[in-house]
Amino acid sequence: MSVSRCSSGGCQGRTQRRDWKVCMTNCPTLIVMVGLPARGKTYISKKLTRYLNWIGVPTKEFNVGQYRRDLVKTYKSFEFFLPDNEEGLKIRKQCALAALNDVQQYLSEENGHVAVFDATNTTRERRETIFRFGEENGYKTFFVESVCVDPEVIAANIVQVKLGSPDYVDCSNDEATEDFMKRIECYKNTYEMLDETLDKDLSYIKIMDVGRSYLVNRVMDHIQSRIVYYLMNIHVTPRSIYLCRHGESELNLKGRIGGDTGLSFRGKEFAKSLAQFINEQNIKDLKVWTSQMKRTIQTAEALGVPYEQWKVLNEIDAGVCEEMTYEEIQENYPLEFALRDQDKYRYRYPKGESYEDLVQRLEPVIMELERQENVLVICHQAVMRCLLAYFLDKTAEQLPYLKCPLHSVLKLTPVAYGCKVESIFLNIEAVNTHRDKPENVDISRPPEEALVTVPAHQ
Amino acid sequence: MVCMTNCPTLIVMVGLPARGKTYISKKLTRYLNWIGVPTKEFNVGQYRRDLVKTYKSFEFFLPDNEEGLKIRKQCALAALNDVQQYLSEENGHVAVFDATNTTRERRETIFRFGEENGYKTFFVESVCVDPEVIAANIVQVKLGSPDYVDCSNDEATEDFMKRIECYKNTYEMLDETLDKDLSYIKIMDVGRSYLVNRVMDHIQSRIVYYLMNIHVTPRSIYLCRHGESELNLKGRIGGDTGLSFRGKEFAKSLAQFINEQNIKDLKVWTSQMKRTIQTAEALGVPYEQWKVLNEIDAGVCEEMTYEEIQENYPLEFALRDQDKYRYRYPKGESYEDLVQRLEPVIMELERQENVLVICHQAVMRCLLAYFLDKTAEQLPYLKCPLHSVLKLTPVAYGCKVESIFLNIEAVNTHRDKPENVDISRPPEEALVTVPAHQ
Repeated sequence: MSVSRCSSGGCQGRTQRRDWKVCMTNCPTLIVMVGLPARGKTYISKKLTRYLNWIGVPTKEFNVGQYRRDLVKTYKSFEFFLPDNEEGLKIRKQCALAALNDVQQYLSEENGHVAVFDATNTTRERRETIFRFGEENGYKTFFVESVCVDPEVIAANIVQVKLGSPDYVDCSNDEATEDFMKRIECYKNTYEMLDETLDKDLSYIKIMDVGRSYLVNRVMDHIQSRIVYYLMNIHVTPRSIYLCRHGESELNLKGRIGGDTGLSFRGKEFAKSLAQFINEQNIKDLKVWTSQMKRTIQTAEALGVPYEQWKVLNEIDAGVCEEMTYEEIQENYPLEFALRDQDKYRYRYPKGESYEDLVQRLEPVIMELERQENVLVICHQAVMRCLLAYFLDKTAEQLPYLKCPLHSVLKLTPVAYGCKVESIFLNIEAVNTHRDKPENVDISRPPEEALVTVPAHQ
Repeated sequence: MVCMTNCPTLIVMVGLPARGKTYISKKLTRYLNWIGVPTKEFNVGQYRRDLVKTYKSFEFFLPDNEEGLKIRKQCALAALNDVQQYLSEENGHVAVFDATNTTRERRETIFRFGEENGYKTFFVESVCVDPEVIAANIVQVKLGSPDYVDCSNDEATEDFMKRIECYKNTYEMLDETLDKDLSYIKIMDVGRSYLVNRVMDHIQSRIVYYLMNIHVTPRSIYLCRHGESELNLKGRIGGDTGLSFRGKEFAKSLAQFINEQNIKDLKVWTSQMKRTIQTAEALGVPYEQWKVLNEIDAGVCEEMTYEEIQENYPLEFALRDQDKYRYRYPKGESYEDLVQRLEPVIMELERQENVLVICHQAVMRCLLAYFLDKTAEQLPYLKCPLHSVLKLTPVAYGCKVESIFLNIEAVNTHRDKPENVDISRPPEEALVTVPAHQ
């Protein structure tokens, strides 16, 4: 993770006045969610997990509610959660322990780096149990508490993610809401928030009112610092992110990769079409971002609105292969061409970059996209694949083969725990630049088998 | 870079004396300027020293000293006036208003001033009750203050403690309820915990992130370049070659030096280029490779000598001399680009303790400029010779620098700015400052 294939940094040993727990470098991190139902714990768990995996930190979330649903096949009512329901308490504890067992499996045996333990964890006793579990296994524990009293926010959460829950599949919306509100009440009396004094030795972030304010205590290392930074930048205000590539370029037409040319005739038509589309969408306060390459800038110019240029949005650097056709790459660098097909995510062009490098340089773009509201990003094929993989939670294996055709706009709208995607083709023909992984990726393959998936070009 | 500030930002420090306000102000100002956000700090104590030529005693700060109160208010207003000049007329983006600002009344005055001028106000409060921390602060930065130039250490300490007392009774901390509509970060016990309220925009988010990553634990940062490389010997820039014979000798010498220094828990970082990796290998300790520590990409000029650049790209060569910081090699990078990609390195260096960074000439210049607060104009001409290690140790408000030459000869790779930077200059004048090479 981080900026190299290396460990998280900064282990505090017993230095001067930093009397924090000693821990080995590279120890896994256990993130523990805390909060009443409908406070966004699962939303945060899933989003954080997605972000950490994207930046290269193997992360997995463990939702105790899901363990409960798997164990108790049918949910009857809120009464399961009453504090004096012995049977309910027994099952819930069993589920928590089963989840912790899987956490241990993931972190200690499956090379996971971070586990997100998603449950209410609203009593100090439960949190102490988990903390001890962490200590016994050599994990660093970091608590993330979400505190919210705004009834509107809670009601909106219930509509977004509870009404559609498997627990309420046979209920009307009103029945579901009523039952869920009673479920929340079951937790309230025993809820012990993280306390500045009682919990002063724990590492945690307390998020108040969906991010209006935060209390951060004893951040221990690099990964916790990144998690805090990320959590402080995300928001839930409805908005959409529009992703597209530049219009078709002169080099695109010739089947050449990289370079820095201008738009073809059709590319210019696309730019005009994009301007019209954006106008029709009537988007409030739209920000427009481009790279610093001619083809994205020319595309943005047609919109007639201010736009910002980011160098880090530039297309992947193909190094010695810049401006070559795939046929030329096969002829001049057949070995490199095969190695790339074997591991397209990690393969780095000589004197160039890999997709893995791209993800690293795009991280500030993702962070700023999280902060912003409505944004249109006009970028490039490899860049767009990386950004899309973040929003749609694609793996490193899938990412380099995501389809991002020219002259199509992807509209991403966060909804529930994920992202709705609408693909809009703007009706201007363009060359296809997508090269699928060929069947034969062996370094000894004949040229025809290497080139079989190359799309047509001039 | 994305536009960080639409309207200017006014950062207002809050806290009793000796809580690290000036330390934070100066450090934050240095960081923001380095990442390209024009920032200036305004220390009200300095205005007071300029107005009241001689400091007599803590009695100046007694809450019932009418004359003192009048002067102090006058100084605060003079400083705010200069803030307005800087942000509204001199293209400043961020102003750091460094004073105690310990009463709600004073903070309201400043907030109104910000609103009237269209600034976004962000408060940074430092709260600390640990007497050891406060005592250490006094030793580090108060005993040497101009206020105490004629006092013994004991006299100075005694007076300063009384000065702190003057503020305590009227101190109104930022309050979660009363100040819930303000944007602020409250730093507790030198970073053990933070309360962050209503972060409004990108720059405030970056400021919070930075403040949450800095610490005051004593440590040293060692910066050096890789050992002399084969291309260095030939006077060629860039590329990815291995070490020359002397470069390898340097690596051994570096290993010995590091051993002798006996540094606790030293982290070693390199780039992903052969020459830094080979240098680190000689140390026999684990090291981390950062791609962002790679040397500046000279694009079409990679692996050329300066003579060849002059011959093939005389225009580019001149443009570079005209603005070395912002100039971007065709298909390459500028120093400005370098700073941007090095920002995560700086952030991680702030989090870490003892670190040795084995990097490259342009990269080292950028990192050094951050620690020594050099301007964009100075940065590309900082001297970072081969085979020398710079040991940086934070002290008081800045950084102590020790330069250690490890006694293995190496070629000089430093090219000064020539006198004639005109695009029509004759080749000799362009090449007059090129150092000797094979």
